Amino acid sequence: MDSNEKKPLEKVCMICAKGSLEDVYATLVMANGAVMEGIETKVFFTFFGLDGITKDKMLSLHTATTGNPAMRMPGGLPFPTMLGGLPGVEAGVSKMMRKQMEELDMPPVDEFLELITAGGGEIYACKLAVDMFKLTKEDLTDELSDILTIGEFYEMCDGDRTQIIFT
Amino acid sequence: MAEKTIAGVQVNVSEDGYLEDMSQWNEDIAKEIANEIGIELTDKHFEVLNYLREKTAAEEALSIRSVGKSGIVTVKDLYKLFPKGPLKFSSKIAGIPKPTSCI
Repeated sequence: MDSNEKKPLEKVCMICAKGSLEDVYATLVMANGAVMEGIETKVFFTFFGLDGITKDKMLSLHTATTGNPAMRMPGGLPFPTMLGGLPGVEAGVSKMMRKQMEELDMPPVDEFLELITAGGGEIYACKLAVDMFKLTKEDLTDELSDILTIGEFYEMCDGDRTQIIFT
Repeated sequence: MAEKTIAGVQVNVSEDGYLEDMSQWNEDIAKEIANEIGIELTDKHFEVLNYLREKTAAEEALSIRSVGKSGIVTVKDLYKLFPKGPLKFSSKIAGIPKPTSCI
């Protein structure tokens, strides 16, 4: 058997379980990148990750300003944790992050989801989490394919060139 | 850098088969590269290719998002024109460098 044979990815299934700006964007960038490479792509949003596909939340996602040791002041100085806890700071920092992302041509979440589905990528929501947060299909993005149980999602993840990525 | 003859023209290509010098490009070269990928070029394809070449000549970064906002095609149609490689394949056929954008 030729061990040098290339076996390109055919399918990626991603699970986004966290709702911070960077967690949702990491998922969206990787999902869109996979679609652009011609890889079949399915994304499953669960728990707080659901914020990334909830209409009235997805455009105002936050990045944590406390408990985030990588947080820096503009200019690179350390960001004091005490400061991060003050009212409005997290919202302001998050707004600034979104602005910087826009400058890099990173689209807002709603448009990003459209890019993914335009290329054939599929977006799913976790039934258990949807029930827990008392959401309905109408609360979620129009790009949503379906609300699934985790079992149904796993069934879609078949194939020996499939990877499941948990972000 | 390697040399390759495409549509009767000797061109310099990268390891991945992208033209090194976009001025060596012509429509016959585009058709032959597209043929290798399995795409038959239409006028709509050429509209996209010319747009990509203009933006590259102006040294603007390319993304499927910017092509989608160009007014030439929607992102959905871009995927239909260049299946499984909206930016990767279109850039290759347009004779411009391999895209470095993640979006």
